[in-house]
Amino acid sequence: MPDDLPNSDVATMEPTDGKTPVVQFDNVSISFDVKPVLQGISFAVERGQTLILLGPAGCGKSVLLKLANGLLKPDSGTICVFGEDINKLRRREMYAMRARIGMVFQESALFDSLNVEDNVAYRLHEEQVPEEEAHKRVVEALKFVELETAIDKFPSELSGGMRRRVSIARAIISNPDLILYDSPTGGLDPITSTTIIELVMKQRDVSHTTSLVVTHRLQDAFMLATHRFDVSTGGMQPIAKDGPNHGIDPGMKFLVLNEGKIVFHGTTEELVHSDDPWIKRYLE
Amino acid sequence: MSILSPDVFIKQQVAAVQEYSILSGRAIADIFTRPRYWADIYTQMDSIGAGSMPIIILSGFFTGCVLALQSVTALKEFGAVSMTGSLVALSMVKELGPVLTGLMVSGRNAAGMASELGSMKVTEQIDAMRALGTDPVRKLVTPRLIATIFMLFFLTIIADTAGIAGGTLVAVNMLGLNASSYLHSSYTSLVHGDVVQGLTKPIFSGFIIATVGCFFGMRTTGGTQGVGRATTQAVVVSSVFIIVVDFIVTRLMIGIFGS
Repeated sequence: MPDDLPNSDVATMEPTDGKTPVVQFDNVSISFDVKPVLQGISFAVERGQTLILLGPAGCGKSVLLKLANGLLKPDSGTICVFGEDINKLRRREMYAMRARIGMVFQESALFDSLNVEDNVAYRLHEEQVPEEEAHKRVVEALKFVELETAIDKFPSELSGGMRRRVSIARAIISNPDLILYDSPTGGLDPITSTTIIELVMKQRDVSHTTSLVVTHRLQDAFMLATHRFDVSTGGMQPIAKDGPNHGIDPGMKFLVLNEGKIVFHGTTEELVHSDDPWIKRYLE
Repeated sequence: MSILSPDVFIKQQVAAVQEYSILSGRAIADIFTRPRYWADIYTQMDSIGAGSMPIIILSGFFTGCVLALQSVTALKEFGAVSMTGSLVALSMVKELGPVLTGLMVSGRNAAGMASELGSMKVTEQIDAMRALGTDPVRKLVTPRLIATIFMLFFLTIIADTAGIAGGTLVAVNMLGLNASSYLHSSYTSLVHGDVVQGLTKPIFSGFIIATVGCFFGMRTTGGTQGVGRATTQAVVVSSVFIIVVDFIVTRLMIGIFGS
């Protein structure tokens, strides 16, 4: 455990007001070796919004998420997170900014030498939160993902779905202002996928956290757009079609990528009624 | 394997040197700033120091034994068998102790670091660490750097001691030399400069083992095959670096101490 942490850096980063977009990409491009992966990407995610990133495999969805977290640097363009241009942040400021972002990785990326409790409490241990309080918060986070019985287990003893749930618990434990989900249902069976989507929805509707969700499963994306989490029943329910939102969550937006370029950015209704032949074929 | 054009190959090598220099520079800078991960430093010290003791004692001891056996054969021709102790002690303290310890620890720990960090890299654990607000250089590289330099210094002293003990054992029991005169000749032949030279080398070797091992681990790509490749590269490069730097330090020390 560290003997001191740059908490002062975290404190100096002002929370964003309601108007500044939480994430803003402006003409961002990145290439690996000579192959362009993303070209001229521009979009913004407002506070409390959920942006679903869709697109075929290898179109740059995960790269976009890593750019938003500063794990990769763009070749050109600017990326602002919480109103700060992340290219201009110093190393310490970057780590302080990341402390406000939760990330769920494609393959969970749990630390295999640590048990579930230490994995989930990793950030709290880094912030030197007292052991008793850390344990209490870990139990709370594990209850949120309905996995409190696995607290002493190691990642190798968990199934793929359980690992993904632990990864979500680790991402939400510090109540982040932004959550990045990188294919949270990738490689899971349909029933487990629904459980994971329900957790993403629960986080969205209970904590109203701004999030970017990468997925290649259209059914997951539309489930998120057409359902809401009901706290009283503890499960998801379809949004009433005769209600004010016509059965669609108003805070949801879609960004569709193809070959490193944005082919669509808009609401669920706009996506469904798009005339673009490529999008029509993709949605079919 | 694809064939690269010479300019692309050179660019890649220059970029690798640049990456290595940045990583090493950051790892050193992080020693002097907070936060410091003491628990990780102690764990690494245990793994590198206590864990390497058996191989260091064994290799040091038998090197000393072989050195005594071989040198007696050569010294006999000049009627200088009594110089065996001096030759074994000087060789062990100035050269073989530091270099052998460096190579042994390189084989054991540079490989260990590259494979551990490489596995973490390919399973996105390093990215997860960064995403959780922890600097992987500070958390993973700096503790290994501090632990390797610190422990290699003491491991070299142990290897020197084991080597001299091995040489003594062979000289006295197998070659029939007098133990007292053997040890006296060993002791009197060693001067301040020899000891300083012998104990400066592990500082450089420790730096090479930790930074090269971590460098190849942190830049691993290509799944489990990539981890294997990174491990091999780490051992080969660190071993070659240790021998090259040993030559440079020896030349420098001869310049300073004159022998």
